[in-house]
Amino acid sequence: MKNNAIFKIFKKELDRFFKDRRTLIALLMPGILIYLMYSLMGNFMSDAFMPDDEYVPTIYSVNAPAEIETVFSQVGYTLTPSSDTETEKQAITDNEADLLIVFPENFMNDMLAYQPGSDLAAPNVEIYYNSASTNSATAFTTVTAVLDSIESSLSNKFDVNNSLDTQFDLATDEDVTGMIFSMMMPMLMMMLLFSGCMAVAPESIAGEKERGTIATLLITPTKRSHIAIGKILALSVMALISGTSSTVGTLLSLPKLMGGAVELSDATYNAADYVMLAAVILSTVLVFITLISIISAYAKTVKEAGTYLTPLMILSMLIGLSGMMGEAATERALYAIPIFNSVQNMIAIFSFNGDVINVIITVCANIAVTSIGVFVLTRMFNNEKIMFNK
Amino acid sequence: MKELIKVENLSKSFKLSSKQQKIEKTSEKVRRAVNGLSFEAYEGEIFGLLGPNGAGKTTTLRMLATLIKPDSGDAFIDGCSIVKDPDSVRAKIGFLTSELKLEEFFTPNYLFDFFSSLHGISPEISARRKRDLFTRFGINRFAEVKVADMSTGMKQKTSLAISLVHDPDIIIFDEPTNGLDVITAKTVTDFLLYLKEQKKTIIVSTHIFSLIEKLCDRVGIIIDGKMVACDSLEEICEGKTLEDRFFDIFTEYHGGEM
Repeated sequence: MKNNAIFKIFKKELDRFFKDRRTLIALLMPGILIYLMYSLMGNFMSDAFMPDDEYVPTIYSVNAPAEIETVFSQVGYTLTPSSDTETEKQAITDNEADLLIVFPENFMNDMLAYQPGSDLAAPNVEIYYNSASTNSATAFTTVTAVLDSIESSLSNKFDVNNSLDTQFDLATDEDVTGMIFSMMMPMLMMMLLFSGCMAVAPESIAGEKERGTIATLLITPTKRSHIAIGKILALSVMALISGTSSTVGTLLSLPKLMGGAVELSDATYNAADYVMLAAVILSTVLVFITLISIISAYAKTVKEAGTYLTPLMILSMLIGLSGMMGEAATERALYAIPIFNSVQNMIAIFSFNGDVINVIITVCANIAVTSIGVFVLTRMFNNEKIMFNK
Repeated sequence: MKELIKVENLSKSFKLSSKQQKIEKTSEKVRRAVNGLSFEAYEGEIFGLLGPNGAGKTTTLRMLATLIKPDSGDAFIDGCSIVKDPDSVRAKIGFLTSELKLEEFFTPNYLFDFFSSLHGISPEISARRKRDLFTRFGINRFAEVKVADMSTGMKQKTSLAISLVHDPDIIIFDEPTNGLDVITAKTVTDFLLYLKEQKKTIIVSTHIFSLIEKLCDRVGIIIDGKMVACDSLEEICEGKTLEDRFFDIFTEYHGGEM
């Protein structure tokens, strides 16, 4: 009977969540919401900030030399002679035109005659644009680049990367994906896993205290340690469901959020990466659930538990942010620090540098913390001042 | 008769928070809820704990049920110490109090099976007990209704059935008819008499005189955490009604003042 008690408590806790439709929705909804929200954000940012490749900018020019017009025509830009510069400037402000390029009179002659280092000022080209307009800003960048290349070609002493056939950027797509994932995912995953734990643990511990149902359980001959273990295991499963839902939502929406900079394909991460990640996530959830359960057991109500848990949530977020600050820690001893070890492993795994030994140290450390937590929670269940102090 | 419950010098104090001190207009920081309480209960008898609100009845029963620990003293339930062997005590008693609530997401059927399994009762015996208890309390008609949707009476009947899943020989009821309608209250009191016929040992705490008179063989009167009288109902009453006798004792204890 005693051996089965953990399973009975575990099953009862799972039944409680699955019988309560609201809780079930609360567990699965974050993933759906994250996917919809991030996808919408990605689409919005693409629409707002990414240029339309098909768009042909309206560019007015003054004194544009024919040679330069020819160069611009090669990038698909047509320069329309300006009739009234003030009207054109107003049109740019009003988003009705994109650029106004004003060349000095006799620009080509003055430019060819100009000697760098002379006391005379170099011929100055004025380009008016609207930085708030994506199309105008893109046209400005292109025009500036074209003019820079013309200037460079006139005084060509040496070239840099002057070959279209050679790939100079040796970063692979995998490297780019790894870099972006390792920066963003640890923080997002810590946040999502913690949120999943927060959705279930305070309700199960502080909620049962508040409603008086924990006393009904404590009056049975079941060992308090079995109650604690059964609850922690069941809550971890719940939190994992919530965390998985959120993570899947994030992974699916991330390519859209990153505007196509990230591509997630079957070949991106291998089975070993996923196994290591799963081990880290599972042990992290156990630590979170244990800590939240202990704090919830101390609180008199779910609301009070929420207040006590806020600092822990902020701390987890801050540790998660360390993913944005560089590569994973190399010193193995650091992988014995709960929560921090999870973030470091996630950074390593997402950048394709996952280390099995570090993952093992992390899992062992997290299980040790969970075991201590179970002991503490058992003591708390035995403490009448904590369990029955209203 | 076999002595199934033996309470020896049980004491319990609670710290008063500054908020409680303010509400109760007192400067004392510690409230002695139970003060050296001793009594016995024998096999097949109903022992009543009678006293005003705050006398220490519920605290005493909570200690006997091992929900809280005594500061000093001990009690033995069928030979098992509530201090040294609380797990065994829990297996031997059925405890019903308004403090113990049922989870609202579940039905009586589910809860009975769950608590039955926690007590290690085989599914066959559990099914038979469930049939008997559910029939006796009329739970069958709402056996699949969630606790959240049940009336107070339905909840109390379900709690009563669940407290007896393991067919304990010792049953502790704290204010068993509190808040119940007259029909449900009668069902509960009739059931207590039935349990007595089954040679169960029962401790009932209440402040309802008629309930004590109807059910109890012996009575302990608690005032300010102390047992001021403990005897058979006849000996306590001395020919008067229990209510009259209680107020005599109460006035005498308070030096002639109510």
